[in-house]
Amino acid sequence: MDNNGVKAYDCIIIGGGVIGTFAARELARFNGRFLLLEAAGDVSVGTSKANSGIVHAGYDALPGTLKAKFNVGGSRLMAAKCRELEVPYKANGAFVIAFDGTGKRVLNTLKARGIENGVDTEIISGDAARKLEPRLSERVSGALYAPTSAIVSPYELTIACYENFLENGGCAALNSRVTAIERSDFGYRVTVRTGMTDCVYAARTVINAAGLYADDINNLVSGRKRKIAPRRGQYMLLDKTALPVERTIFQTPTALGKGILVTPTCHGNTLVGPDAEDISDKDDVSTTANGLDDVFDRALLSVPTLARRDIITQFSGVRAVCGDDFEVGEVEDGFFNALGICSPGLASSPAIGEYLACAVAQKIGLEENKRFESHRTAIPCFATANDEERTAQITRDRRYGNIVCRCEQVTEGEIAEAVRRGAVDLDGVKRRVRAGMGRCQAGFCTPNLIKIIARELGISPAEVTKHGAGSEILGGGQ
Amino acid sequence: MKELNKDIVIIGAGPAGLAAALSAHDSGARDMIVLERDEYSGGILNQCIHNGFGLHTFKEELTGPEYAARFSAMVEERGIACLFGTTVLSVDGGQKTVTAVNRDGIMKIHARAIILACGCRERPRGAVNIAGTRPAGVYSAGTAQRLINIDGKHIGNDVFILGSGDIGLIMARRMIFEGARVHGVAELMPYSSGLNRNIAQCLDDFDIPLMLSTTVVDIRGRNRVSSVVVANVDGSKKPIMSTAREIPCDTLLLSVGLLPENELASSAGVGLCRATGGGDVDDTFMTDTDGVFMCGNCLHVHDLVDYVSSESAACGRFAAQYVAGNKADGQKTEVCVTGGVRYCVPQRISKSGGALTFRMRVDGVYRKCRLAVYADGKEVFAKTRPICTLGEMETVELNAAQSDAVRGARSVEIKLIKAVEV
Repeated sequence: MDNNGVKAYDCIIIGGGVIGTFAARELARFNGRFLLLEAAGDVSVGTSKANSGIVHAGYDALPGTLKAKFNVGGSRLMAAKCRELEVPYKANGAFVIAFDGTGKRVLNTLKARGIENGVDTEIISGDAARKLEPRLSERVSGALYAPTSAIVSPYELTIACYENFLENGGCAALNSRVTAIERSDFGYRVTVRTGMTDCVYAARTVINAAGLYADDINNLVSGRKRKIAPRRGQYMLLDKTALPVERTIFQTPTALGKGILVTPTCHGNTLVGPDAEDISDKDDVSTTANGLDDVFDRALLSVPTLARRDIITQFSGVRAVCGDDFEVGEVEDGFFNALGICSPGLASSPAIGEYLACAVAQKIGLEENKRFESHRTAIPCFATANDEERTAQITRDRRYGNIVCRCEQVTEGEIAEAVRRGAVDLDGVKRRVRAGMGRCQAGFCTPNLIKIIARELGISPAEVTKHGAGSEILGGGQ
Repeated sequence: MKELNKDIVIIGAGPAGLAAALSAHDSGARDMIVLERDEYSGGILNQCIHNGFGLHTFKEELTGPEYAARFSAMVEERGIACLFGTTVLSVDGGQKTVTAVNRDGIMKIHARAIILACGCRERPRGAVNIAGTRPAGVYSAGTAQRLINIDGKHIGNDVFILGSGDIGLIMARRMIFEGARVHGVAELMPYSSGLNRNIAQCLDDFDIPLMLSTTVVDIRGRNRVSSVVVANVDGSKKPIMSTAREIPCDTLLLSVGLLPENELASSAGVGLCRATGGGDVDDTFMTDTDGVFMCGNCLHVHDLVDYVSSESAACGRFAAQYVAGNKADGQKTEVCVTGGVRYCVPQRISKSGGALTFRMRVDGVYRKCRLAVYADGKEVFAKTRPICTLGEMETVELNAAQSDAVRGARSVEIKLIKAVEV
């Protein structure tokens, strides 16, 4: 308690995206009281849930920028962090492909940047690239090969950080939108709106990792006003039966645009996208017919055999853009920003998280938490287990013998565990255990998911939502 | 892990699996097991509570659950073993081993013959690439049907439907009965792929507009569907955006096609047919993998369950003969389809055997046409059809002499001879 009788923390982290949860998880390495605030009912529901899932190698960012520093640092940390947190990660490597002389000059520029950033890459011929990726277009005349590029499941990473933070004694308040931040003798008083009521917390330090709304949070505190420009990118996800490439295939940026990537995901789907469109509404994650068409047509330039019939879903993600670089660090006394974390934000997240945690610890003199448990156990996955492991899973919990999502072979046991760990809606279950993520897109399992979620949460089926209040599946809306 | 040996393993206790089990038993097979992932038999029929089933099989009009119950009872009478709540995880076609799971654990069943009767699934929104938001209130029609008819849930008040296949049509009427308003059924094609009787009984009777050559181009609403935008399409099915109009609704049902469930077939290494997405079988319903049979909607999507039953009964009989040692000879002749016939099942026929039945679909709407079967270029069978549509499966039944002629030929062709294409 601070002297006014409100709950007091050493640090309040605002935002349950990959940056906020990573910072929180790394803060848990120190002794202290920490609170993570998230406006939505679950973590990883903004930019962190809808992006390319790429751990960029770090050859792309301009040398000397924070993007370069954190990307390279994050890329080096990611594999170990994912092992600790049991998060799907795969070092699959990447190609940046060129179609002509202009493109090849871009490859040279990227290679040179890589050298400056300390990232190894190699320029190979079109034929050499096709030897490794036979489905690459015949028109590809050269490629920059980045062996340290990787893929990660972005929402599972965010959720894992969050769970590990909680396991280590961290506190969290969901459905808690920050409405005011004031200076106080203690540090800051943070006012939060939860439903219809206001709640006040005190904090010695604040980390602003509010993603698309980090400008609003910054502007509550700092005289140096910020404005985030939302930039939307549209994606299409392809069925697991189509596995055209092993590596992530980037196009070189041209006058026509940034270029579309074709990449496998950690779970064996193929992802194509994104385009880049500056929009006015930060929450506008709709797709457009023209946008999707354009994304697919441009992806075909890289991999001409991609087939539209393999598409199982489309989505958009909105990136938080603020100027050309990230803004990471202390901007007011004890108030730290992680602002404008667009691409390569996911790749940078381990490094930004560590950096912010250390900065806060140093600022207020926190000591090392000797009991910190870095390992987080993932929900046991039935689909990827062998027969012996599956037998053990079912022996422990018979619900592991009941397949609910047939496309991804997700069991009732996993779904119940996802709810126990914090999923509150269909999308939250989907992100945690992949129920509804497959080729039928929850056509078969929705009725059973509604029943299981209702039972596990102790609510009525009519109250089960797709993604929070107002998105009730049954009833027809209000 | 439990290990079992069985003569025949049937995967799926829907109409196909039940009919196959019944007929395999009546053909002498005894050592059988039916695996069903649901807790009861009957498959999708259980949610098809409308009538119109059984006119061919039982010479009377039944509801889906009634039709299923008759087959379930016959299977039960014969004491055929069914394991419910049991999902097959994979099939090894070479070893003929089925790996399945239920709440008691994992089991491996070594079979002499496997019948895949896993049914079909609906194409989701993603497969038709509809842009817009991703709110609650977008259902595939079958999901909606299950929520309403099995779970007794209310799913929406103002409904729009994309796709005029039979499920879309049936669900339009069902939503009216549920007290909802149905604002229209859009169909991408210039004609409905549903049965004519369903257009009359499900749309016309309730003044629900059928909007042909129309599609949904945008879904709006952040949390719940608030409207859809529809537009007419041109000859190449591209939306004409100048015709776009917004239709307020809270629910969008998608009835945009069914696909055979072929995941297990793929895991078994079974070759699939490009045109159907289902199995590629000979006239004994055996796939290209020895001892692995296929029937029902996982073989090809049917429009009448009666056809599923008769086809699956044949499949069960052949599987029983197979385990009894009567295998079809190795030599097979491919059946070639031309002139508007999209596919034909079986795709291959043996040199010897009984009377042949071909089931097929055409690729458009044709009036006053002839369906003909040629053996080495010579017509052995033909029938005239006043109209052939995508929605209605065509059946060609050959007599013994015609079948012998076809079986003896080096080339077999099934052709639609068109008079008028609509």
